[in-house]
Amino acid sequence: MYDTSDIRKNVKLKIDGNPYMVVDFQFVKPGKGQAFTRVKMKNMITGNILERTYKSGERLEKADMEERQMTYLYPEGEYYVFMDSQNYDQVRLTQEQLGENKFYLLDSLPVSILFYDGNPIGVTPPIFIELQIIETEPGFKGDTSGNVQKPCTMSTGLKTTVPLFVNQGEWIKIDTRTGEYVERVKK
Amino acid sequence: MAYASPRYPVEIVQRLSPASPAKLGGRVVDARNGAALVHDVTGSVWVVCTPVPVLGAWVLCEGLWDGERVTNASCQVVSVPDGPFPQPGGDFLWGQADGARRLGNLRARAVVLRAIRSFFDQRAFTEVETPLAVPSPGLDLHLDALEVKGGDAPRWLGTSPEYQMKRLLAAGLPRIYQICRCFRRGELGQRHHPEFTMLEWYRSFAGMHEIMRDTEYLVAHVARSVYDGSTILPEGARPAADGARRGPVDVAPPWERLTLRDAFTRYAGISLDEALVDEERFYRVLTEQVEPQLGRGRPTFLTGWPASMASLARLDPADPTIAERVEAFVDGMELSNGFTELIDAREQRQRLLRDQQARAQLGKEVYPLDERFLGALAEAIPPAGGNALGVDRLVMLVLGAAHIDDVVAIPPGRL
Repeated sequence: MYDTSDIRKNVKLKIDGNPYMVVDFQFVKPGKGQAFTRVKMKNMITGNILERTYKSGERLEKADMEERQMTYLYPEGEYYVFMDSQNYDQVRLTQEQLGENKFYLLDSLPVSILFYDGNPIGVTPPIFIELQIIETEPGFKGDTSGNVQKPCTMSTGLKTTVPLFVNQGEWIKIDTRTGEYVERVKK
Repeated sequence: MAYASPRYPVEIVQRLSPASPAKLGGRVVDARNGAALVHDVTGSVWVVCTPVPVLGAWVLCEGLWDGERVTNASCQVVSVPDGPFPQPGGDFLWGQADGARRLGNLRARAVVLRAIRSFFDQRAFTEVETPLAVPSPGLDLHLDALEVKGGDAPRWLGTSPEYQMKRLLAAGLPRIYQICRCFRRGELGQRHHPEFTMLEWYRSFAGMHEIMRDTEYLVAHVARSVYDGSTILPEGARPAADGARRGPVDVAPPWERLTLRDAFTRYAGISLDEALVDEERFYRVLTEQVEPQLGRGRPTFLTGWPASMASLARLDPADPTIAERVEAFVDGMELSNGFTELIDAREQRQRLLRDQQARAQLGKEVYPLDERFLGALAEAIPPAGGNALGVDRLVMLVLGAAHIDDVVAIPPGRL
């Protein structure tokens, strides 16, 4: 159990049976009055935002969260299948649960799967992955400033932007937290 | 070692006419293309010199101001960091993106403190200093104190200097003010630090109405010391807690006077009596629905507090269910809490005994009675009004800062 003084950003709470992550909180206290903690939380499954006000000292349930290292196997209908390489357990996540992360699923990619109460609810890919550009406009020779960007599409379907000097067919490093171009890589 | 002097602040250098000789000192925060960006609290300026000093070095520079940069400079390196700059564990405002703004806030804070002192000095108040480690830190139900260990007698850091200042009233100082640190355990948030700066003042032969006048004239005086007029919070300057932009507030007297009863009906749509059935409900409605609406556009004095919520205040002679307590709100933020002071020693003792019981019932630490405070009341103090005003919050308001961390020298999280 937590109490209100344990509340920090990113603390995970179980509210009405659902896992929430604290995104913001505020200590409020009328001068000589009772103190409260106003908490803004994100539902870790639906992404919905919830705001609650707790009396100082009130007990709050911890969300039972666990992260396991797994490997991406293959898509199966509207599911994506992952395997724990230690014990060969397999789990399936839906497109909806993956969100943007579905664009980073390369064969045999090591990922971390988030479990809530024993069920998989989300996936975190490595921070940097390398993808090939399958479509982008030709760039202008000599423009190496990197300040101007153009749209591009990656082999996995991800759409992002790259500097003008980057060409179709080249491989680039992507930051999976933002979906943004980091640098060109030689393959 | 002798250093070149005098030196100018960067903002003065930038106002020199071109081709003037410039002497300045500061820290090198960027270095490239044969020039160093020298930074002091007033700003930054590029200094062209050879060799370019290392990043993080403190330098004294002499050169020619060309209207944009200091050129042909010679730079004397007077102090260098041990290694890279900024350092990962470095405790340094420059290392933060908003460091320059926060240093500027500290200079504005000093202006506010000077303005407070000049206001009270002009009105024949005596500035006093009373001990911070005290035998009773106050018995408010919802204030917890920090204990001071290792002394000869039990001591706590005061949650307010109220007892000690009232003793000075009894001793014969008729108008007193103090700017001091107060300590409240467990209070940490956008508007709270466990250690904060309080302004308290007491005025003899007066009550809460005179205190309200002092407060509104004080804040207007402080606003004028920072801005040209009485309007603080230039449009959109301060993001509110909910991210919404707030409008400006004109702090010129007179401020709005509003009773708690009217405030609950107007802003929460429920009667005060209904809310008061349950103390928790009362404070929830107050903090969530009422307070955010107070003092928008123009500050508000909130009066008409229930007798049970003001242990040190006199009761209204016309209606003893009401205490003569007043809180000031500016732009949804509580700024001060004041009273017509209770001066009856016997009643004060009874109320403090009741406060002790209430703390015990909630399982909270029960602090002793301050017998010397009660003794001072028994010897008689003049009728008086007093107020406690959060100085950090006043600085937040005049600077449009959203977080108390932005207006203090070193926030608790960086100690």
